[in-house]
Amino acid sequence: MYGNDFSAPEDAPGGGLLGEVAAAEAALRAAATRQRGGGPGPDADLEAYFADVIDADQKIEPRDWMPEAYRKTLIRQIAQHAHSEIIGMQPEGNWISRAPSLKRKAILLAKVQDEAGHGLYLYAAAETLGVSRDELVQLLLDGRQKYSSIFNYPTLSWADVGVIGWLVDGAAIVNQVPLCRCSYGPYARAMIRVCKEESFHQRQGYEILHTLAHGTLEQKAMAQDAVDRWWYPSLAMFGPPDGDSTHSARSMAWKIKRFSNDELRQRFVDMCVQQAEILGLTLPDPDLRWNEQCQAYDFTEPDYAELMRVISGEGPCNRQRMEHRRRAHAEGAWVRVAAAAYAAKRSTAREAVAA
Amino acid sequence: MRSPFDFALALGDDALVAAQRLGEWTSRAPEMEEDVALANIALDQLGAARLLLTYAGELEGAGRDEDALAYLRDDREFRNCLLVELPNGDFAVTMAKLLFLSAYQLPLYSALAGCADERLAAIGAKARKESAYHRDHAALWVRRLGDGTAESHRRMQAAVDQVWPYAHELFAPWPGAPVDPAGLRGDFDAYVGPVLAEATLTRPADGWAPAGGRDGVHTEHLSYLLAEMQVLHRAHPGATW
Repeated sequence: MYGNDFSAPEDAPGGGLLGEVAAAEAALRAAATRQRGGGPGPDADLEAYFADVIDADQKIEPRDWMPEAYRKTLIRQIAQHAHSEIIGMQPEGNWISRAPSLKRKAILLAKVQDEAGHGLYLYAAAETLGVSRDELVQLLLDGRQKYSSIFNYPTLSWADVGVIGWLVDGAAIVNQVPLCRCSYGPYARAMIRVCKEESFHQRQGYEILHTLAHGTLEQKAMAQDAVDRWWYPSLAMFGPPDGDSTHSARSMAWKIKRFSNDELRQRFVDMCVQQAEILGLTLPDPDLRWNEQCQAYDFTEPDYAELMRVISGEGPCNRQRMEHRRRAHAEGAWVRVAAAAYAAKRSTAREAVAA
Repeated sequence: MRSPFDFALALGDDALVAAQRLGEWTSRAPEMEEDVALANIALDQLGAARLLLTYAGELEGAGRDEDALAYLRDDREFRNCLLVELPNGDFAVTMAKLLFLSAYQLPLYSALAGCADERLAAIGAKARKESAYHRDHAALWVRRLGDGTAESHRRMQAAVDQVWPYAHELFAPWPGAPVDPAGLRGDFDAYVGPVLAEATLTRPADGWAPAGGRDGVHTEHLSYLLAEMQVLHRAHPGATW
């Protein structure tokens, strides 16, 4: 039913978003084969060299010189992405024990496991910038770095699991596909892998909703209720409108960011409308309509004041998510200490044998 | 007299309830790598459960599929051993449970792989590879925790002491079964004994040996586990998901 992808028609020739990921992967390989003249010479102007690499659409690698602000921006962005994966395990993990069939339980377990894997992969990418995972995790636990505000909303029904796949993962993919072309090599490569798995998750979420929407009246109502609650928070995932976005301009110049928040939000809306029609579900926006002139849908913006409240800690689940993460970290401390003590004993024993 | 259906059901219920308990760890593990590992083991157990319950339903011939068996039976109809339904406790308790379960499942599935029932043999052949990994993983942690710090040693010994009595039920004789679990006790002891010794842990004395799971007489914990697992499915009779 849902085929290989269910993107809007304008994506069709390239095979939709997944096609863009494949194209980014090809571009990445091509860039890797182009010579860069063996890097900068001993007297080279490092800043000019950095600018040349960015201009030529090549990749900055961990060994390369980079401006401090570039490094900091990337650390923050990659770390917050990693934190989002780890915190994002909670709202969906909430339904593993109650998944309504064994097949759905297996799919959901695998999905949440993938998120843990993405988190690990992203922390590793951040570590290439000279920061440790432990430091970053501590920043999360201390509330000094954020995670995506979408995970501060509760999953109240099984349909929420479907909607998270369809809308939340869908929005994440729209956000992340351009990052497959990010100027920082390790992040671009991580994003290619993550996007492929996310598109699989999105399809699974869509399928959950499709089944519910074609099921009993109660199931269909459950699906519609979930869409009603998640639509605007999903739109808010793209961040504040362009005029209010603080970091965007410089990130665009550095090719960390490739499209503005509003451009990506529009792309997402255009993608969802047709999918919602196929599902037989209604997007909760009475002003949603095709604009012939713009060749895009007009839509109601999300409540950005709400977004700011959630970001500042006043969403429905901020405290719950952080408390959960802190408790897991604290309750696991004795295990991590024991593992380190055991490893130290073993290496001492090996040295004794060698001596 | 227990039937082949009962045997497939018992093994399937062991795996299903183990998966349900392991799934509770999701996003709560002591480290991120362990979150991935526990989910992986839960998925393996769930995969084996689905194969075994599907086959049990076919043996029964009453039209029950894996979901009918998983979601529409009450605790008195479940045939899993008590070990798997015990609450997770701390990480040491979970690893003690996993060590004992996998040190039973590995020889069981290995023996099944050579049994006359082709379906069970195929399931055994697939599941034994997974069980070997589960056993390695649990043994590694039991050694680390047993021989780690004073606190981890105390917790690991307490966990082994708590869970040990429930291991006996796994090897209750089952005459006429495709594999009689009574014959697997030697493999279990030969593996678990040295792991406990390397972990500087004391093997508890045998004595109290709670049982009843194979007859549907469980601990108080199972009913709660099933209430949570089955709540959504039962709220929508006849719906497909």
